Amino acid sequence: MNPEIGHFALALAVAFGFAQAIIPIWGAQRGDIRMMQAAPGLALGQLIALATAFGVLMWVSVDNDFSVLNVYENSHSLKPLLYKITGTWGNHEGSILLWCLIMGVCGGAVAVFGRNLPASLRARVIGVLGASSVGFTLFALLASNPFLRIWPPPANGQDMNPLLQDLGLAIHPPILYLGYVGFSIPFAFAVAALLEGRVDAAWGRWVRPWTLAAWCFLTGGIALGSWWAYYELGWGGFWFWDPVENASLMPWLTGTALLHAAIVVEKRESLKVWTVLLAIATFSFSLSGTFLVRSGILNSVHAFANDPTRGVFILVLLGLVIGGALALFAWRGRALSSVGLFAPISREGALVLNNVLLCSIAAVVAIGTLYPLFADMVLGQKLSVGAPFFNATVLPLAVPLFIAMAVGPMLSWKRAALGPALMRLWWAAVVAAAVGLWASFGTSLLPAFVLGCAAWLILGAFADIMARIRLFRIPLLSSLLLLRGTPRGALGAAIAHAGLGVTIAGIAGMSMAVSTILLVKPGETVHLAGYDWKLMGLHDAPGPNYTARVATIQVSRNGRLVTVLAPERRSFPVQQMTTTEAKIETDGFRDLYAVLGDERDGGAVLRLHDNFMAPWIWLGALVMALGGGLSLSDRRLRLGAPRRAAKAPHAGAPA
Amino acid sequence: MSTRRAILYAAPLVAAVAAGGGFYAVLHRMQEGSFDPHGVPTMLLNRRVPGFELPGLASAGFASTDLFSIGHPVLINFWATWCPPCIEEHPVLMAMQAQKIPIWGIAYKDKASAALDYLQTRGNPYVRNAIDAPGRVAIDWGLTGVPETFLVDGDGFVRWHMSGPITPKMVKEQIEPLMKKYGG
Repeated sequence: MNPEIGHFALALAVAFGFAQAIIPIWGAQRGDIRMMQAAPGLALGQLIALATAFGVLMWVSVDNDFSVLNVYENSHSLKPLLYKITGTWGNHEGSILLWCLIMGVCGGAVAVFGRNLPASLRARVIGVLGASSVGFTLFALLASNPFLRIWPPPANGQDMNPLLQDLGLAIHPPILYLGYVGFSIPFAFAVAALLEGRVDAAWGRWVRPWTLAAWCFLTGGIALGSWWAYYELGWGGFWFWDPVENASLMPWLTGTALLHAAIVVEKRESLKVWTVLLAIATFSFSLSGTFLVRSGILNSVHAFANDPTRGVFILVLLGLVIGGALALFAWRGRALSSVGLFAPISREGALVLNNVLLCSIAAVVAIGTLYPLFADMVLGQKLSVGAPFFNATVLPLAVPLFIAMAVGPMLSWKRAALGPALMRLWWAAVVAAAVGLWASFGTSLLPAFVLGCAAWLILGAFADIMARIRLFRIPLLSSLLLLRGTPRGALGAAIAHAGLGVTIAGIAGMSMAVSTILLVKPGETVHLAGYDWKLMGLHDAPGPNYTARVATIQVSRNGRLVTVLAPERRSFPVQQMTTTEAKIETDGFRDLYAVLGDERDGGAVLRLHDNFMAPWIWLGALVMALGGGLSLSDRRLRLGAPRRAAKAPHAGAPA
Repeated sequence: MSTRRAILYAAPLVAAVAAGGGFYAVLHRMQEGSFDPHGVPTMLLNRRVPGFELPGLASAGFASTDLFSIGHPVLINFWATWCPPCIEEHPVLMAMQAQKIPIWGIAYKDKASAALDYLQTRGNPYVRNAIDAPGRVAIDWGLTGVPETFLVDGDGFVRWHMSGPITPKMVKEQIEPLMKKYGG
């Protein structure tokens, strides 16, 4: 297929974006119904144009069209088909196009699912989405065009970074971007609210499902990225406080805060200004995270090729989107302010505490990530901030959050008493303390304490559901009937809270992991963590675009074979690069993890880990995302498009 | 009251503009080539080591004052028994010890008993040993992880730094010439 079709479609998307940004917003300001009703069509038009452009790029990559510079630089005719497809977004230009496509998907989603929004609000939301996406499509067209050609076309391509030729990483960016870009919808709602000058309970209810959907994807995306680092980089760790990881953590933290603040807007018509600011901040963090990685300002293993020129373009773009939204906030924000009196012990009080703690953690992470850069520039002071800083600062803020998380959902709105809530939780507290105490015999104090927090969270979530369905206090059958009637939102929240408990249990368990590095000759046996690891032999194995050196390790316990691990070292001749393929065997409670290192003196250096509880880290993230998904399926959210009470301008006929 | 609120509502904008301006300056200087963010990890370079005082493993530990007038260059190596790259690095340290290059070790977030056990079974490459069990001193040194090694000259100034395991090549090409340069 002709790459120029994609090029044209991209240009068309820019044109649609301009129309989408200008016509609906202008119409909403003037009260022109026809202009407002153009919004969904324009959004769908942009989506179709971007999907076409992306499809063409995928096609030329699969088709080995090396006359396209992007394909030449990142592909090779021998590259497996799967990675030719996923390689479309495995490079700078392609990933920007994917970003644009997902912005288009967001606009299309509001166009399709937002039928019950008031016409003026829908027009403004779609308009704001168009204005943000026009910037990115323009950036793709002018500064990162994936459809540029080279002449004469080379015979073959340069292949893709072997580290990136991995299934986990291949599906990671689309999911992460769905999270990042998904927050553009709450952002657009926030800006639209500032334009309209009103935020009410209905607004809170509209914003929540979009925020929740984006949050689920971001949770999944971050977990996948961390999983990739765990098994592909072969360092045996899962989180390195790397700037790129921090850049994805910050929108997750503020997004989680937003998720909870929007509940207060819906239920109590309070915290409006704060929620609007959080919505703007979350998307701003998503954008600036991407920018910081792309411009090469922050260095990291994950980074793409750096180019400061592109950085200036993106910075101007971000300045317009973020600066514009915040200027509007400074100008119109006061119109939204609400007078709310809060009892500190109440559901809303607990949600405010949640917001304070989450935003404090986000601030600490932001400072730790950016301070070295600015200290270097402004003060001429070279310093670096690493894991010790983050571990020492984040944990004291996270622990109160964990403790409060189990209590919060038990409190009632407006005014609650702590006593009854704690009465329902006392057994969870006792069991959590016992877990902590038990663990403290096997490990140091801190992991044991965190493990206790994990038990507290999981059991606290269970206690919440138990109290709702009055388990053991009424007949079991009636309890099950009550369970059926429990709103899925409440169930989803409890599951997500328990999911965090599962994740931190995994993190605490990982700090008890044991590992060793040894030079082992074939036939020799290593004893580690109660297992016998016997190196059976080393052999070469061919791959599609690499050759591999494989070690066969038999792992047995008390003479019984547990598993055979075959870690590999792969050399990629085209890129002259070697990657390690760690091999992991898991039984759900521990990972047996083996990495093959260099060979010398007739033996091989093996790195062996026994990672206790490690799978729980990612299992917990999955549970969190599933909890969010269950919440999303709540009837209240699906049908819950309430008519705006009174005074809502009857601008458009509901479609 | 009203102006105070106006300032409050404008605060996010001001913060964002300040950050944007900062990023622009960074980018501008990166393009000029006068600034390289990748240089950030070499934090203490050409500065005196931060003040600290650490307990030892079996015998006495050491403090920053011990480094201020030591008279000869020394390597400060942060390590831990739980850190696989440290184990990877260990033979290189042992080789340096054989070459009479003085290394002082700081066990980071570790148990003294575990650290002693490690040194007894694998060999002790360190002239002096100290332990930073809570990891506080490591924060002052701006540690990004373990192992991390600093070359401190005879007056207590940091002259070279490596985060990650030292390789025999680094010893030959970087550490040996620096030891000569700063050795009195």
